[in-house]
Parts: sequence; structure tokens; C-alpha cells
Amino acid sequence: MIRMASRPSKLRRQEERWAYLFLLPQYLGLLCFVLGPVVVTLFLSFSEWNLVAPPRWIGLQNYQVSFQTDVFWQTWRNTIYYVVVSVAGGIVFSLALALALNEKLRGVTLYRGIYFLPVVTSAVAVSMVWRWLYNPEFGLFNAVLTTIGLPTLPWLNSLKWAMPSVIIMSIWQTVGYNMVIFLAGLQGIADQFYEAAEMDGATAWQKFRHITLPLLSPTTFFILITATIGAFQAFNQIYIMTNGGPANATRVILLHIYILAFRLFKIGEASAVSWVLFLILFILTLINFFVARKWVHYG
Amino acid sequence: MVEAPQDVTKIGTLIQPAAQLTSQRRQTRLRHIVLHVLLSMGAFFMILPFLWMLSTSLKAPGDVFIFPPEWIPNPIMWSNYAKSWTLKPMGLAYLNSIKISTLTTAGTLFTSSLAAFAFAKLRFRGQHLLFMILLATLMIPVQVTLIPLFILFKWINWIDTHWPLIVPAILTNAYGVFLLRQFFISLPGELGDASEIDGCNPFQIYWFIYLPLSVPALVTLGIFAFLYHWNEFLLPLIYLNSLQKFTIPLMLATFQGAYTTEWELLMAAATIALIPVIVVYIFGQRYFVQGIALSGLKG
Repeated sequence: MIRMASRPSKLRRQEERWAYLFLLPQYLGLLCFVLGPVVVTLFLSFSEWNLVAPPRWIGLQNYQVSFQTDVFWQTWRNTIYYVVVSVAGGIVFSLALALALNEKLRGVTLYRGIYFLPVVTSAVAVSMVWRWLYNPEFGLFNAVLTTIGLPTLPWLNSLKWAMPSVIIMSIWQTVGYNMVIFLAGLQGIADQFYEAAEMDGATAWQKFRHITLPLLSPTTFFILITATIGAFQAFNQIYIMTNGGPANATRVILLHIYILAFRLFKIGEASAVSWVLFLILFILTLINFFVARKWVHYG
Repeated sequence: MVEAPQDVTKIGTLIQPAAQLTSQRRQTRLRHIVLHVLLSMGAFFMILPFLWMLSTSLKAPGDVFIFPPEWIPNPIMWSNYAKSWTLKPMGLAYLNSIKISTLTTAGTLFTSSLAAFAFAKLRFRGQHLLFMILLATLMIPVQVTLIPLFILFKWINWIDTHWPLIVPAILTNAYGVFLLRQFFISLPGELGDASEIDGCNPFQIYWFIYLPLSVPALVTLGIFAFLYHWNEFLLPLIYLNSLQKFTIPLMLATFQGAYTTEWELLMAAATIALIPVIVVYIFGQRYFVQGIALSGLKG
């Protein structure tokens, strides 16, 4: 009896040791390259440092300085504009595509393949292509507008059109990704729900509104969270297409931090802006999870 | 008397008049035609940038600035490709990208599958808490770790080497751990129990039993890891200074800086950068789409 009781616990301890060993590489990385740096950024945000002279503790001054500059507020306006429009637009388009591709159409695999293609391509390469598409004098888009008798647009060169242009390109590149996730969600909805609704004479809109949307809500929630976090980190396409211009019209938060830290070497101020972003993203995610209780239905 | 009308309606729906059936079928066919028209227009828009890139990449310098643009270049300048391949050390950039992406992918598959195996098949104290911490780090944006990591790698003299692109990438892949954990959970636990009786330790069980069974999941995750590091831009931009160390996206960006209006060369370079990924994508499409669906299911 004693042997039988002690053997499992010894095995158990052995198993535990193996488990911790298996976790070691990932959690070492987590500590050194994620959690550690998050804390260090907080400390740096209270100091003045240009990477050369020794850092100096200045308290909340970096935050005060940031809040007083126009470019900080402009960056935030741009970022919110970018996040809201690209996430909402992305969800609408990818859901529409997923609904269409969920029909028993011929050539679905081909369509899916084409819509997904931009996802795998390098953002730097396709941003160069889009900069050329948007070229106001010789670009394809203005050529098409001229051909169909519409006035041409200044696209990336104007204060008003630069951000929409960046957003169109971003949706083009990511729509296929969310489409495939939506498709997986749609395929998880059992046919019986629709059959029952048809028996009751439901219209297509009623079926969409009362069956598809509620049953798809966990997928929509997943996409909302991941797309929002992703959109706050937009960088590549903006760096290549506009570099934040014209007149900071497309300067978003990651570009702002990059410029502060690695061009102007204002390490403290850049860290302060990073922490402001981190807090906002944290609160936003909490709100998302809280509001989700009202509209996300887990079957 | 109460049940009779119900029976009548049931029979009514079962033996629908033939005319109603054909009209329903006609409606479905009409809807499918409309969907095909919309989907193919959308698909055309998705591949338009790639066609425009190809067309421009084969044009003579002056022909790029003809308005409205011509789709078929005349003459066809294949030499643009040779030119852009040699203007910058593109071959070297290819080798660098292959080296970095291969090492990070192999490494991250190993460390994340180890951790995933521990979470799925072993029992240990703090299991739930450790997993929650891992999931929470998925919401930490790149902005809050960027600056301390740069300082760390500067401190240990890793700037302008490939190490800061490889080591953290191998040791931090929360997403990979999460996905592979889901996969391991789906495999029956009896496999491990049987070999434990045969005297296998947990590492042997992981390596000889579970890993061979999870090749499909590893391939999918591997493709995404490879692509992610292949297309990565911000980190190489920060860590690398000398042209000999550059990766493909970084080399492309310098191309844009150096040849601002030589669109035919820029597009040739972009094509050179995109071709391998697109070719791999066309042959391995199944794995790409499967992988995304896998991640979406457990939102």
C-alpha cells in the first residue's frame, strides 16, 4: 500500500521536472525579450537618454513634453483613424467574401487562393507596387479614372487622400487572412439551423441576422481583437509609401516611436509614448472583452 | 382536430409543386451568376497590382512614363531583371534571408512544440497560470519591447549581426505554443502511457511518438513562421547597418531610396523579391489556408 502511494508522487515530481525543462526555452525568451523589456521601457520613460550620455531620471517630464507637442496628438488622430477604418472595413469586406465563398460555387478554391495571395507577400515589395499604382501622373489608378471620365485623385500626395490610400492598400493585403478565418467559422455552423429557419419561411436577411451573425460572433470577436492589435502596429506599408507624410498626415504611432527613438535618439520620450500606447491598448482590450459579453454567443 | 392542420402543411412542403422547385433552382442559379461576376471583379482587383508590377518591370525606361499606360511592353526589356539583380547585392540578401528564416523556423518549431507538449500532455504545478501569462503576452505590442531590445543588443555587441533577428525569434513564439498545444490535446494520451510503461522518458515520448504524428501541424506552423521572418522589416531596419547583412525587404527599401523614379527597376526588384514566395504559395496553398483555419477555430 505504501509503495503504491509513493510511486505515483515520485513519478509526478519527475514529470514536473521534465515539464519545467520543456518550458524553459520559451519562458526564458518571454522573460528576456518580452516581459523584461516591457518593464525597462517603463523605467526609460522616466529618464532622459540619447544613447550616448548616461541616462538621467526626470520623472514624468517625458509624458508632459509628449502631451504638449502637436505631432503627438496628430499621431494619435491618425492612428485612431487608421485603426477604426481599416479594422471596420477589413471586417466588412472579409465577412462579405467569406459569405460569398461559403456558397456551393464552382471555382471556390481558386477565388480563395487569389484573395489570400497578398497575405503571403512582403509588405515592403507590395507597398512599392502600390506607391507606383497611386502615382498621380503615371499611375494605373489615375489612368483608369481618366478612362472612365472621372477626375484624377492626388492619392498619397494629399493631406486628405493619403490616409484613405494607405487604408485601401492595407485592407487589400489583409482581407484574405480574415476571410479564411470567417470561412472556418461559417463552416462550423450546422446546416440544421438554416433548414429549420427555411421551414419557418425566413428570408435570406433574417437568416443572416438571426443565425449567421450570432453563431459567428466568437469568430468576429477573435478577428476584432487580433485585427485591432495588428492595426496599432502598422508600419511597413506606411514607411515605404509615405514615410508618415505629407505633413505628418499618415504618421502613426509605431512610425512616431521609430522616428523618436532611432532618428532623433529621444529614447525617454519614445518610451513614454510606447507606454501610453500600451496602456490604451490594454484598456481597449479589457473594454472589448467586457462588451463582448453582450454580443458574443458561445454555443 | 388540433393536429390535423400541421400534418397538412407538412405534406404540403414535402410535395412541392414542380414549378416552385424549378423557380427556386433558377433563383439559386441567378444568385450564383451575380456572385461569380462580383467575385471575379474582386479577384481581378486583387491580382491587378501584381500584373501592373510585371508589366512595368519589363518596360524600357521612357515607356514607364507614357500616359495612359500600355499593358504589353514594347520592347520587352528582360535586361531590367539582370540590372536590378546586380545594382544592389540582391543575391546576398537572398542568402541572408534564407539563413535567418530557416534557422528561426527550425528553432521556433522545436522550442514551441516542446512547451506545447508540456502543456498538453504533462501535469505540473502552475500549469494554468503559466499558460495564461503566455496568452497575455500575445497582446503586448512590438512598440513596448523595441527600445530595450535595441539597447540590450547594442550592449552585447549584436548590432549589425543576424543574432538579434534569430535568437529572440527562436525563444518567443506564444502563438506557436498555443496552436501546437491545441493539436497535441487532440492526439490520444494513451500513446504516451503505453510507451511510459516501456520505460520511455517524457522527451522520448515527445520526440519519437508525438512529434512524428504532428508533422501536418508543424508544416503549417513552419510555413507561417518562415513567411513571417522572410517578410519582417522593422527589426532588420533597426538592427542592421551594412549592405552585406541586409535581408530582402531591407534591400528593397534601399533600392527605393536610391532609384526613386526608375520604376522599371524598382518593379523588377519587387518581382525578384516576390516570385519565390508566390511560387511556393501556388504549390502549397492547401497548407496556408488550413493553418489559418486552424488558428481561427479556437478563437
